[in-house]
Amino acid sequence: MLPRPTTHSKALGPGVAGPELAVAISAVLDRPPKPVSHLPLSGAQPCAVDPAALCDPRQHTKYPYVTGTSVMAIKYKDGVLVGCDTLGAYGTTKRYKSTQRIYHVNSKCVVAAGGEISDFQYISNLLDELTTDDYRFDDGIELSPQEVHSYLCRVMYNRRNKFDPLWNSLVVGGVQGGQPFLGMVGMIGTHYTDSHVTTGFANQLARPLFRERQRDDMSEEDALQLMYDALKVCYYRDKVSINKFQIAKVTKDDGVSISEPFALDMRWDYKMFAQPTKWAVGAW
Amino acid sequence: MFRNQYDTDVTTWSPQGRLFQVEYAMEAVKQGSCAVGLKSDTHVVLATLKRSQSELSSFQRKVFKIDDHMGIAIAGLTGDGRSLCKYMRNECINHRYVYESSMPVGRLVRQIADKSQVCTQRSWKRPYGVGLLVAGVDSQGPHLFSSCPSGNYYEYKAIAIGARSQAAKTYLEKHLESFPSATLDELVRHGLRALQSSLSEGELTEANSSVAVVGKDLSFTILEDEAVQPYITALKEDEPMQTEAAVVEEEQREAPVEGQVAEDGGQAAYEAALREGEGPAPMEAD
Repeated sequence: MLPRPTTHSKALGPGVAGPELAVAISAVLDRPPKPVSHLPLSGAQPCAVDPAALCDPRQHTKYPYVTGTSVMAIKYKDGVLVGCDTLGAYGTTKRYKSTQRIYHVNSKCVVAAGGEISDFQYISNLLDELTTDDYRFDDGIELSPQEVHSYLCRVMYNRRNKFDPLWNSLVVGGVQGGQPFLGMVGMIGTHYTDSHVTTGFANQLARPLFRERQRDDMSEEDALQLMYDALKVCYYRDKVSINKFQIAKVTKDDGVSISEPFALDMRWDYKMFAQPTKWAVGAW
Repeated sequence: MFRNQYDTDVTTWSPQGRLFQVEYAMEAVKQGSCAVGLKSDTHVVLATLKRSQSELSSFQRKVFKIDDHMGIAIAGLTGDGRSLCKYMRNECINHRYVYESSMPVGRLVRQIADKSQVCTQRSWKRPYGVGLLVAGVDSQGPHLFSSCPSGNYYEYKAIAIGARSQAAKTYLEKHLESFPSATLDELVRHGLRALQSSLSEGELTEANSSVAVVGKDLSFTILEDEAVQPYITALKEDEPMQTEAAVVEEEQREAPVEGQVAEDGGQAAYEAALREGEGPAPMEAD
């Protein structure tokens, strides 16, 4: 006789999630696995001890719901430019068309986010608490962009360690000590700083443009033109984006300014778009 | 007359509106040996007089490095001083871990003051019996703070605490105008002279004095024994010469050096400097 697996593995201990591969998980399904009354999600035999049924009210973030798409940012001569659209999408539905995804931290720093909007609002809250503390100390010291970057990296990494990530890709931009600063923090705590930083689809679409044309000493007109081109490309090729953008500018002389939402000229009358299959091989 | 009736615990006020336990704690600070602090536009210097229990024992440490940009000198109960030092080091290193930058000096001193104030308002606690001189440099420049058991803290241009500190304060007040533009060497010598004024008997030697320096390009460095010898000698002879701290500062500007005393290296550097024979202009005789 084959040895029957016991209902409760002593190796795992009480209330611990067991091998999940026995049950199709969300990475394979396109929806969360529905719990069946006698079959535990841990993949043990029927009527085994099921950690999910232990009535622990804590949940772990598994999927984002209302999301923002790409963010792109570049350094230029006087400071940094951070650009993104103003869409909060609900799956592929373009649901909230006026969300500001750039947060003004203090006079020398902004943070922009792609990913779950509610988690970004929570992060904005945390940063607001830090800024308020600085204000209360009343000693003229503000958080520098590099300190904001390090702080957010620690927050994201710690949440990742608890298997409860804040589902965001964050871009931190600002000026410190007269020098522009640009950094990125991912949802698992990955972080780096660079002259140009992108998240989401912009990684594939805008980054080649930046690599070709971005220079640390470029003028503001060139930088703005480069940013418009990058935003345009992302709108053309990203399904879940809208033609309504905001650009935040942080300079050493003028501090932070976040523009009003604006649209860019787009062309959809290219002949190839009209009847795309007409030109396919074998078409008639 | 009423002191004995209202001084049993820290949560009892006297009719004159005083907390005697807190004032007694400040007395403990005055019993500690003298510690002097002074700052210029670029550096902060701490100079302390170390006591020893007996001829057989070593001298009690009074200067502690908190972080690369900050350090303290204590006067009063050394046990309490060590406990606060551990707290400050912890706060600084946590700040560095989260923000990857140095902690602003004023904020840490305020945290110490808040911690001290709590001990003056709990019936089951007693006030800390130690006064701190906190010397540090941050984005706003060099700072010198003094905190005391009552939970008060002030920023100073120059200050002395501990036994017979009034004599040292008098010296500091007399020379206050020359501090902001003083070089590091001049600042250290002022500090040692102020310390000397607080001596009732005996004299400053490299065994019983301890100097610490910190500046924008100079991480907190403690000068003791051989490292402070040149300054003691200079004090006696009253001659100008390029000494240890200035050499250390140049080395640190070129390549950042961690840690406290460059003992043997310091002696070699001092002799090299002597051979060069250059130095700052002679100071006016005291």
